[in-house]
Amino acid sequence: MSLARSSTVRAALPQGQRFEIKRSSPDDLVIALAGNPNTGKSTVFNSLTGLKQHTGNWPGKTVANAQGLYRYEGRTHVLVDLPGTYSLQPTSAEEEIARDFILHGNPHATVVVTDATCLERNLILVLQILAHTQRVVLCVNLLDEARRKGLAVDLAQLRELLGVPVVGTNARDGVGLAELKAAVLAMATEGAPPHTQAQAQTQAQAAGEPGGDDDEAVAKIVHQAEQIVATVVRPLVSCNQAPDRLDRRIDRIVTSRVFGIPIMLGLLGVVFWLTIQGTNYPSQLLAEGLFWVEGQLSAVFLTQGWPIWLHDSLVLGVYRTLAWVISVMLPPMAIFFPLFTLLEDLGYLPRIAFNLDSFFRRACAHGKQALTMCMGFGCNAAGVIACRIIDSPRERLIATITNNFVPCNGRFPILIAMATIFLAGGTGLAGSIGASLAVLGTIVLGVVITLLVSRALSATILKGLPSSFTLELPPYRKPLLGRVLVRSLLDRTMFVLSRAIVVAAPAGLVIWIMANVGVGGTSLLAHCAAFLDPFGRALGMDGYIIMAFILGLPANEIVIPILIMSYLGQGSMLELDSLAALRGLLVDNGWTWLTAVCVMLFALNHFPCGTTLLTIHKETLSAKWAWISFAVPTVVGIVVCFVVAQGARLLGLV
Amino acid sequence: MSDPLMTLNTLVLGQRGRVSGLCATDKTRRRMLDLGLIPGTVVEALHQSPSGDPTAYRIRGAVIALRAQEASYVYLEAAGNGGEGML
Repeated sequence: MSLARSSTVRAALPQGQRFEIKRSSPDDLVIALAGNPNTGKSTVFNSLTGLKQHTGNWPGKTVANAQGLYRYEGRTHVLVDLPGTYSLQPTSAEEEIARDFILHGNPHATVVVTDATCLERNLILVLQILAHTQRVVLCVNLLDEARRKGLAVDLAQLRELLGVPVVGTNARDGVGLAELKAAVLAMATEGAPPHTQAQAQTQAQAAGEPGGDDDEAVAKIVHQAEQIVATVVRPLVSCNQAPDRLDRRIDRIVTSRVFGIPIMLGLLGVVFWLTIQGTNYPSQLLAEGLFWVEGQLSAVFLTQGWPIWLHDSLVLGVYRTLAWVISVMLPPMAIFFPLFTLLEDLGYLPRIAFNLDSFFRRACAHGKQALTMCMGFGCNAAGVIACRIIDSPRERLIATITNNFVPCNGRFPILIAMATIFLAGGTGLAGSIGASLAVLGTIVLGVVITLLVSRALSATILKGLPSSFTLELPPYRKPLLGRVLVRSLLDRTMFVLSRAIVVAAPAGLVIWIMANVGVGGTSLLAHCAAFLDPFGRALGMDGYIIMAFILGLPANEIVIPILIMSYLGQGSMLELDSLAALRGLLVDNGWTWLTAVCVMLFALNHFPCGTTLLTIHKETLSAKWAWISFAVPTVVGIVVCFVVAQGARLLGLV
Repeated sequence: MSDPLMTLNTLVLGQRGRVSGLCATDKTRRRMLDLGLIPGTVVEALHQSPSGDPTAYRIRGAVIALRAQEASYVYLEAAGNGGEGML
């Protein structure tokens, strides 16, 4: 069989990575989890291991490999969640990872997850895998969805035809997982059951292909899948309508010429509005609470008679920075992420890619760049890793370099705070709508810059034409509200917040020291800021802002807190417990609406954070591309801010 | 509809066609085959993106978007309503 043998020269995994299976003892069973994209594979993984692997209703979600453990009948199972793949003949780097592990990773068993609503296409991969190994358990997932669409799957007959254990599941509700675990253990410890004659024939048909990349061979497998489905899948009720007519009706609206783009912008705008509207009050409450604690801490320090420098550096430096990070960042994230996850779970992101594809095509970029861009909303490092779903190296680099033009978690609060404080033009409904439009405008600008820079890269250092791609539009799925809330709050929000806190604590200390240790009567901070000031002014900002962005390299989350600390460190005795007070502080330091706009623009366009840069280096295996990814957005940011600031001044707007 | 050189990108929305051959090469061809685009497969044009390209097609029960460029590599013979290859 050419497929297995010809690749015995074991291709190194892309980016020089290999699977390292973490086994705690040699008795552990290694179980591979394979399947087409978007079959609920990650949900099966999460349900089995209890891990919170981030799932989403779009193809190519699992790009990095995930491993998790579960115990069953006293045995430890190491479950390896492989990237979704359509076939064993890979057409992209992530598919290669899956192929290599199934063929050469020697798992004790491979669970192939299939979508009951689209069994025929899914069986193509199943049959290909069965041609190489019999240690397979077939998991037919999404049975409830199939039933809703009027399809029944005869699992017993499917088992009969394929000769391997078949388990039906609804992984989201945990249905069928006990049977799946039992079947996996039996397969891993006892091996494949002996075949009946009919099964042997099925296997021989699939295994007897002269070459996996041969048209005829593929056609044979496809026909076989067709026959199997004709036997095992039956319509529940006799109806002439297509089972997915509701999905198609929705699709025709959300991707229509007239409504497609407006609906997209509208949804995003509503998400921002809800975030901004909902953020104000909890933010203030948090700030009040945390600054009350600060008072208590100060009291303890004073009554204990501890040295004043210790109090100042720890309470006014470290604690106060932390308090700001939490009260500025937590509320918007706690609202934004669940809303965004909801859109993701519904299956809306592939429709965004579908709507935007013609723009990316004209920018000579890959259609799936829209998906990696959406991943960047959560975290640019994750967005960069997601670029593995793009198979052409040229287009993958373009997607990598431009990923930073969508604001991540860490930069969102900067945009929201600036828009709320300076651009909203008052409080109330009009104010929050104004702020939402400002944030929406910033995002749209980010997308436009992404397209322009992609086009420019395609015309210069990454010359080439767009490569072909296929994009699957999965069925819409009703999100599980509870799970969305828990997952987005615990996983995303807490993860980002804890990362921010870890970086912010030492940063707070450094800022306090810089603000309080001086040379020649002026603090170090003032010296540095004075040095950067002319540059900052030219860009519509000031030296402190530029310094905050530079010190924010480890994590953008701390830019605003650093800024506040530096302004407060200048001897101001302000009690900062509300956004109004923050506005007062900024205005006292010479801020205007133009400063806020330039801060928003620079937040959108500047060097990626340290984590993202390291990820780019790891993914491209090249310092050169990491530096280019550093330089491109920075230069764009400098140019944009300079033009806006000087333009506004020339026109006498400020 | 009996034009032997009809390609998928010219399929009118709501219409179905039966694949008669592919002229794609390499990875594109491979991916199309993996999606089940083999001679005899019935494909239905469903809807288009706001700019008219790409177009979403129903292929063996799944909805797959193809750019016009790729769709032009797929040759069709006309097919009526229903037929094999449809789920």
